[in-house]
Amino acid sequence: MITFLSYLAVVLALVLVFQLMNVYQLASELKGENTGLANDRDNHSQGIGMLLFVAGFFIFLISLIFIYKDKMLPEAASDVGREADHLMNFNWVIIFIVFFITEAMLFYFANKYKKSKTNAKAFYFPHQDKLELIWTVVPSIVLAVIIIYGLSLWGKMTGKPDKDSIIVQIYAKQFDFTARYAGQDNVLGKTDYKLIDDATNPLGLDTTDSKGWDDIIVKGELHVPVNHPVDFKCNSRDVMHGMYMPYFREQINCAPGLTTDMHFIPTITTAQMRQMVHDTTFDYMLLCNRVCGAGHYNMQMKIVVDSPEQFNEWLAKQKTFRSGIAAK
Amino acid sequence: METHNHQAAEHHHHEEHHELPFIRKYVFSMDHKIISKQFLFTAMFMAFAAAIMSMLFRLQLGWQGHPFGIIHYLLGDKWGSYNGKAGVMDPNIYLGLVTIHGTIMVFFLLTGGLSGTFANLLIPLQVGARDMASPFLNMLSYWFFLVSSLIMFISLFVQTGPASAGWTIYPPLSALPQAMDGSKLGMTLWLISIALFIVSSLLGGLNYIVTVINLRTKGMKMTRLPLTIWALLITAILGVLSFPVLFGAAILLIFDRTFDTSFFLSDIFIGGQALSQTGGSPILFEHLFWFLGHPEVYIVIMPAFGIMSEIISISARKPIFGYRAMIGSMLSIAFLAFIVWGHHMFVSGMNPFLGSVFVFTTLLIAIPSAVKAFNYITTLWKGTIHFNPQVLFVIGAVSTFISGGLTGIILADSALDVSVHGTYFVVAHFHIVMGLSAVLAMFGGVYHWFPKMFGRLMNKKLGYWHFWLTFICAYGVFLPMHFLGLAGVPRRYYTNEFFPVFEKLQSINQIVTVFAIIGVLSQIIFFVNFFYSMRKGQVAEQNPWHANTLEWTTKLVPGHGNWEGPLPVVHRWAYDYSKPGKEQDYVPQTVPIEPGELDEGAHA
Repeated sequence: MITFLSYLAVVLALVLVFQLMNVYQLASELKGENTGLANDRDNHSQGIGMLLFVAGFFIFLISLIFIYKDKMLPEAASDVGREADHLMNFNWVIIFIVFFITEAMLFYFANKYKKSKTNAKAFYFPHQDKLELIWTVVPSIVLAVIIIYGLSLWGKMTGKPDKDSIIVQIYAKQFDFTARYAGQDNVLGKTDYKLIDDATNPLGLDTTDSKGWDDIIVKGELHVPVNHPVDFKCNSRDVMHGMYMPYFREQINCAPGLTTDMHFIPTITTAQMRQMVHDTTFDYMLLCNRVCGAGHYNMQMKIVVDSPEQFNEWLAKQKTFRSGIAAK
Repeated sequence: METHNHQAAEHHHHEEHHELPFIRKYVFSMDHKIISKQFLFTAMFMAFAAAIMSMLFRLQLGWQGHPFGIIHYLLGDKWGSYNGKAGVMDPNIYLGLVTIHGTIMVFFLLTGGLSGTFANLLIPLQVGARDMASPFLNMLSYWFFLVSSLIMFISLFVQTGPASAGWTIYPPLSALPQAMDGSKLGMTLWLISIALFIVSSLLGGLNYIVTVINLRTKGMKMTRLPLTIWALLITAILGVLSFPVLFGAAILLIFDRTFDTSFFLSDIFIGGQALSQTGGSPILFEHLFWFLGHPEVYIVIMPAFGIMSEIISISARKPIFGYRAMIGSMLSIAFLAFIVWGHHMFVSGMNPFLGSVFVFTTLLIAIPSAVKAFNYITTLWKGTIHFNPQVLFVIGAVSTFISGGLTGIILADSALDVSVHGTYFVVAHFHIVMGLSAVLAMFGGVYHWFPKMFGRLMNKKLGYWHFWLTFICAYGVFLPMHFLGLAGVPRRYYTNEFFPVFEKLQSINQIVTVFAIIGVLSQIIFFVNFFYSMRKGQVAEQNPWHANTLEWTTKLVPGHGNWEGPLPVVHRWAYDYSKPGKEQDYVPQTVPIEPGELDEGAHA
């Protein structure tokens, strides 16, 4: 009954709106008003609207910046991240200059050149080669700078990893990450997805490959030493996952059937970062950033950047693959 | 050849004077004007559904885990309650809603709806043709579109839910029914629907191209075409060249799902089982998808460019500034559109050198885009702007095109993309630059050509309210969203409660949700205005905006065959507004060039 009544209410409301429109339309027609075409009064009010809008728009943007600037990501905690932040700021400067000038021009002209008694004749101005050349050439030069700056950093990010990098495999599945350190020999043992057994061998390591015997498999926390290059080899077992490390300004996908690579040098320990952001509970994290199923929103792993001593101490406490198998 | 066509068309015209039965006139119609309305109404319905979806998932994001009656009411017991709490949506349907919202808005509203409505309405009327080159294929194009829309809509109601892998449906997630409920029947229906959609788009696109190239009336040189037609022609070419690739990808994905092939699958262990497929590559799908997916965003924005050029010029009573530069920039954007798809894949693990090439080509697009933006602004300069509602929408679209385009510079730069890829920064960027610009331009187009469709004007006061609420809410939604992305919040997260660092940004989510709801509700004003004015709006004069283009030389609401007498003959370009030495501030394209008069179109 209530459902029926609410439907009825909606229908009646629609009828009411149409009747009101009718009354309004008839009244306007009686007064001899034009309800379809703008007159000088409309031009005036809408032109002023344009000016008010652009003012409000800029104020809104600037206040958002002031309110949230401290809640953005803190200083980048990796070597390439730091350069990415410089590049980002450089781009922002250009973007803001262009943004404020063009948006202001657009809305200012919209108001200034509204039709009115004093502005009744438009200027016939179909083209001018010089102007068009200016706004083809100037953006080209600016973009050339952005491209060169950006690509030099991209080359560094994706170039060959340092030879003495610590090699860590990141292995993603619905909905968690596992890390595998290459161990003493710093070589990851072979794997085969057909050997996966959730109880004994969740990564599908080939037990006949001795290079994998000293590998260290870790869940829950990923530890890396500060100021030492780390090279991540990324895989997935089931669907595509994203390996996103916002504090290090790095990201790569993990997909089944191929290995992707990402490397950087962490530059700020967790302890230092906790001081910098004035939060004793702060932790770096790695999160999944490629939709991977219903549990996607809680697929993460804590990252701890240790001092070299802490890192070695922590690593020594972890079980190697062989000792793990032996224990079982 | 040209004259022959004209004679044939006229002959045809005289034969068809008898009234067609209702079902052939309005339902299985072959008249481009009716088909245009069919596209518009279907797209409006789909967009309405997609807008409601966005309201629902915005409620969840603004107040995560808080129960809302409307969520339970619309999604029912199965999807509208979670962990025993009625009114909280299930994480599965959250992904389903964002997926279908994206699919509908990109394909059904901004491709089918935008091109379908305006290409059908404007191409024959503005080039001076009796109808499309093939009215029958045109009818098929609509019916494929309708069936595809219905299948997409029905997929919302299957037991395992709609497709939920995001609108980009990356395999293996979309290929493996074991991976999530949304990859079961819902995904199959999604693929079938999109395959049919592509058929519709190709039938339409080929028709548009052939009509523009062959059926232009006497004197309508390519360099005299209104920019709307240029834009729609380029859009159609983009679609014809890129959609078949998505069709291929969809078919291969159906094979992987159904026949255990391994185009995109390799080395997968899921559901306690190692699958037999090896050797496929999920990156291959990304390449195929984005080979359409990137031109697709230009398929969306290009018709908007055309509409914007036309309306800005008419409203400012000035020729569009740099007509040839506008065509040139559209052509170069279209060309570049095919060689930039890899910028969606900087984090896929593809060869970094390939990434560098895509950075270069992508940033090049900023040049023609800048030319367009400056040309729009210059067209306003020293004009006399008549503020009918459509020009508000178009100025809004120029504004969003600029602000959204600028953040694209960051995303195009691979070294920066990796820190914001897949976050709300991207969501904000593409909604502003392509979603808002195209939607605002589409609204502008509807206000502008409403008299051509229904013989009446839409109410201007409601138009103003509609514009300001829509425009303010649009920026209210997407400007704050950038900050979420810069703080590292990924998109497609059902809730952020497992990330304490994101909690302090929750107020942004609430601002966004409030604006989103007001923005969606403001569309009621548009619907009321649209349906009311259709029946009772003020009757329009024959050429209400004092425009130059040919569609205003027909009867206000043209009948079958468009022109009652012979086809009009064109003598000049479409942009002689406020030309010095003319009595009126517009000179229709059918007016001959006077002796000694400068033909601006000839050398512009």
